[in-house]
Amino acid sequence: MREKILSVIEKDSRIDIRELAVILGMDELAVANELKAMEEEGIICGYHTLIDWEKTSIESVGAIIEVRVTPQRGQGFDNIAERIYQYPEVNSVYLISGGFDLLVSLEGKSLKEISLFVSDKLSTLESVLSTSTHFILKKYKEHGTVMAKPKTDERETFIL
Amino acid sequence: MRNPLSDEVIKIKPSGIRKFFDIVSEMKDAISLGVGEPDFDTPWHIRDEGIYSLEKGKTFYTSNSGLKELREEICRYVERKYNVSYAWNSEVIITVGGSEAIDIGLRAMLNPGDEVLIPQPSYVSYEPCTILAGGKPVIIDLKAENEFRLTAEELINAITDKTKVLILPFPNNPTGAIMEEKDLIAIAKVCVEKDIFVMSDEIYAELTYKDKHVSIASLPGMKERTILINGFSKAFAMTGWRLGYACGPKEIIQQMTKIHQFCIMCAPTTSQYAAIEALKNGDDDVKKMRDSYDQRRRFLLDAFKKMGLECFEPFGAFYVFPCIKEFGMTSEEFATRFLEEEKVAAVPGTAFGDSGEGFLRISYAYSLDRLRLAMERLERFVTKLREEKKN
Repeated sequence: MREKILSVIEKDSRIDIRELAVILGMDELAVANELKAMEEEGIICGYHTLIDWEKTSIESVGAIIEVRVTPQRGQGFDNIAERIYQYPEVNSVYLISGGFDLLVSLEGKSLKEISLFVSDKLSTLESVLSTSTHFILKKYKEHGTVMAKPKTDERETFIL
Repeated sequence: MRNPLSDEVIKIKPSGIRKFFDIVSEMKDAISLGVGEPDFDTPWHIRDEGIYSLEKGKTFYTSNSGLKELREEICRYVERKYNVSYAWNSEVIITVGGSEAIDIGLRAMLNPGDEVLIPQPSYVSYEPCTILAGGKPVIIDLKAENEFRLTAEELINAITDKTKVLILPFPNNPTGAIMEEKDLIAIAKVCVEKDIFVMSDEIYAELTYKDKHVSIASLPGMKERTILINGFSKAFAMTGWRLGYACGPKEIIQQMTKIHQFCIMCAPTTSQYAAIEALKNGDDDVKKMRDSYDQRRRFLLDAFKKMGLECFEPFGAFYVFPCIKEFGMTSEEFATRFLEEEKVAAVPGTAFGDSGEGFLRISYAYSLDRLRLAMERLERFVTKLREEKKN
């Protein structure tokens, strides 16, 4: 039941509970309870809006930063990850395999703002060994949604 | 100048709702609920295989019956899904869509005057294909009170000593009706007793929302008298690839292959390569699409219930078939007014046979957002009609 609810709201978090219950063939109250339980258990962590800032007048620049760090005894990467994710401009922090340890993504108002973040804040952290910053030039697809062009229905109006 | 046309072709009656379709094509901003094909794109990995085959230069004819590997995959698929086993080299033919299989199947089987039983409402090609093959269509009008299933009694009543083939179009376009195993057992019994062949059009077999689809070919004594028709259009969202297939007794498949060889040569090669990938690795895609259709189906049934519109619960395909008899209009009148006044296009039930009178085919091969908007308009429309009726 949870899996079904999640698969719908992952794509459409604004669907109303009654309709969610209808399309899944479930009881409305049961669905509401399940949603509440999943929020409390931290399975559902938030409801966000996918925005293509490009199409707005608001200036915004995104970057992905690969970070190499020294893990700490007994703590591994958790402490340093926490130091980094506390910054409000940071969108996501992942521990990754491969040549780098952490992958950090963030949004800023300008290239300068992001550069300052990297040089003043990130690189100066004690356990950070090196960083490699990639500015995002264009977003084609995010969260499973293609941002480049809206899809049009090209089917014939009537097919029997 | 002499008349250049064939009398037989002239005799085939054109769709009676031409006028309606003309209005639709002129109205650009209408919301359509009229499409009979999936709204999903063909899954990328399937398209990718098609592209890859082109890159490799696989651009030649295949054998008349189709690629060996595809026929083998089809046999595996049909066995795994519907529990019928066919020999890939003698009992399968790859066709240009399920529609070609219908055509050449009837041409392979019919002698002049042979009667073909066609349950209606149903897909529009059975009747003309029967006529073009020299057969005589005999319509069985299915009933709403049976949820548009074919009953053994209806079948028996339609059989004469000229009856040769029964067309079994389930899951059904336009009603969404299915035939469950118990229903099929009753039909199979009659077919065996009366020595009738079955053309089972199972193009929507992957799209059922109750139990798994059962093929009549899997019932005892039926494989040898059934042509099972299926294809890739609906299950894998591959309508434009034009690929279907027929499985059946080798005597029939052999003759179908002969016609196919002379008229078509072979089904499109690129599509055949893509289809191999669909059968091998497409199960998850099918499930995702099916789940999505099922959600929309529930949404529409709930919307009808809220507006008090009568509709039996269909468990197959991607159509619902609500009843509009309470408004005292024909299907075409209703559909025309609905289009003119609310700019929503749905197909009058009569497009699929006289027994579709009083019903409307609504396709749910559309996003929930689109259906939501359409249902708001339908509710407003039926409220208005009820008001009109009161005054």
